Amino acid sequence: MHDIFLLGLNHKTAPVAVRECLAFTAPESVQAMAWLRKHAAIGEVVLFSTCNRVEILYTARDNAAALAAVKGFLSEYKQVSTHQFESSLYFYSGEEAVRHIFRVAASLDSMMVGEPQILGQIKAAYRTATQEKSTGVILNRLLHRTFWLAKRIRSETGIGDHAVSISYAAIELGRKIFGSLEKKKVLLIGAGEMAELAVEHLIRNRAGDILVANRTFSHAVELAGRYRGQAIRFEEIAKALATVDIIISSTGAPGFVILPDHVKGVMRGRKNRPLFFIDIAVPRDIDPKINRITNSYVYDIDDLKGVVDENIEDRGQEAIKAERLVDEAVIQFHKWYKGLEVVPTIVALRQQMEKIVEAEINRTLHGLGYETETDREAFSRMKTALINKILHYPTLFLKQKDTHGDTAAYLNTVRRMFQLDENNDCGGKH
Amino acid sequence: MFTFFFYLLSMAAYIAYLFFQHDRLQKIGYLLMLTGFVSHSLSLLLGYFTTGFFPGHNLYQTLLIAGWAFTGVFLLFQYRFNLKILGVYAAPLATVIMAVCLRAPEPAENVAVFFKSFWLFFHVITIFLGNAAFALACGIGVLYLIQEHNIKTKHRGFFFRRLPSLDLLDSTGHGCIIAGFTLLTIGLVAGILYAKAIWGRFWSWDVKEVWSGIMWLFYAALLHERLTVGWRGRKAAVMSIIGFMVLLFTFFGVNFLLGGHHGDFTR
Repeated sequence: MHDIFLLGLNHKTAPVAVRECLAFTAPESVQAMAWLRKHAAIGEVVLFSTCNRVEILYTARDNAAALAAVKGFLSEYKQVSTHQFESSLYFYSGEEAVRHIFRVAASLDSMMVGEPQILGQIKAAYRTATQEKSTGVILNRLLHRTFWLAKRIRSETGIGDHAVSISYAAIELGRKIFGSLEKKKVLLIGAGEMAELAVEHLIRNRAGDILVANRTFSHAVELAGRYRGQAIRFEEIAKALATVDIIISSTGAPGFVILPDHVKGVMRGRKNRPLFFIDIAVPRDIDPKINRITNSYVYDIDDLKGVVDENIEDRGQEAIKAERLVDEAVIQFHKWYKGLEVVPTIVALRQQMEKIVEAEINRTLHGLGYETETDREAFSRMKTALINKILHYPTLFLKQKDTHGDTAAYLNTVRRMFQLDENNDCGGKH
Repeated sequence: MFTFFFYLLSMAAYIAYLFFQHDRLQKIGYLLMLTGFVSHSLSLLLGYFTTGFFPGHNLYQTLLIAGWAFTGVFLLFQYRFNLKILGVYAAPLATVIMAVCLRAPEPAENVAVFFKSFWLFFHVITIFLGNAAFALACGIGVLYLIQEHNIKTKHRGFFFRRLPSLDLLDSTGHGCIIAGFTLLTIGLVAGILYAKAIWGRFWSWDVKEVWSGIMWLFYAALLHERLTVGWRGRKAAVMSIIGFMVLLFTFFGVNFLLGGHHGDFTR
């Protein structure tokens, strides 16, 4: 029977230059899967290619021949000699390959543990593979289990719960103050990558009007145009505090841009509605004393970094729980996979038959109201004869490997028809 | 006894929810509280039908009604605002009230005929429901102060994650104050009308009446200032806690320490 293998490289094993060389675009992935599928040594195949990893998951009978074929293909297709990337490769077989793909989909192997994008990328790769008909019984089952497990890990652990970037941390804090960020008015002071990212996140969270202030008014106009906001002059900042809710500041000013008096002056006018200051500038733009004013909250870059570090640590704790769920899923998958071998399936089928016939005999005898030892022996003999006769041709069919192509597909069908995996399945759709 | 048992179980479920954060635990806590409330209501009805009087003329019965009103108001607010964590405050408080109730002496029935008045029933029920809303506002105020402290000091510990946003706490607390004030006002008017019917005068400067007036003025000022100046957030939370202290003094302190004719109902 085919075994499962995985060959690949990722951000931990290969520098970005190597990853770039071997990355596949979507059309290239289609061609690659078609080529690999046609190779005699390879059974089923799926190819994942993201900015951080290139992995080929495949089944094969002859490990050495398949491995050589995959490596050769990578080298030939990407026009890179094997020795340039061989040292960056990792190779897993059997249970280890299964564990690896489970961990990747659950984002336990990602640069940032818990990031949600990877699952979508694997799903997209699998969709392409199914369209190209490069998967079969084994990888279909494996990938469905992978998606089911990733979903379970996301819902049962807090692996993706907390923000792990400065701008997301600011949004998370904003939610703790305002509940929803919807229609909250934002004032962006100055510009900078991180500040703009935070504004974009706020817009995605349906924030309200965006005001932009900059020392150079033309820059403010340009930036405001990008966010469909309104530009204001730098001198108008203090007045604008009366109407906005969130202030993101990132100027290169040497001193504080907003002082406690500015805030005290507007608090009564805004009926003490909360003000949330996100100070990303170094040196700081917002006087930290503002944090002492009731209903105003100041977070500077160090505070936000602290939030991110704590969240990363939390994710690490949750990852331990996730690893346990992965171990569990690997064991379950292994059970199913072992069942695909001919002998265990025939044994399981026979046991299932015996269980059914035995139950029916007992019910019949009980209904008759009498039962002797001789009757019981006769029924038992009948049971064995019946099962032998019923299972004779199916057993021969399953054992004659050479007469039909994909044994795993037939075994899988038999197991599903007679629900032989009923007890070790966790309810995932296959 | 059944009621106490359900409140106790609800408290356990809510405390477990506080630690483990499984929504199912919160739902179980809520359902147990609801079951306790039904049992509580039935016991009050039974009290009414067996004696023929509204059960509110001794400490045991007064506490029984206070607990009932508090649980009812909590269930309603929980349903309306879905402030899941609120049960962590409400369930233990309801349990404590019932525990005190179980320990309180149940004096022999010797009830004056004026207890049959509808106005008394209406007065007591509205006042108690109002007080229950103020009690909830106090709890929410405490939760607000904890969360506000967490955000201000950048201390993102155990409660930071478990408590909701400041905005939700503030608006729920405000909702409680509005509901409490409305009910208190109706209750006081009913009490005044009842006093006129029984004693022939609307207001007798009884110490309880004076303190109830102070309490009404306090909450009126709180609502007024919120509308005009914007007493929200921290200030509103602190004031709702102080308001509840005034309420507790009006309820217990006045009766036990200062006397007056309301004392008859709580002995």
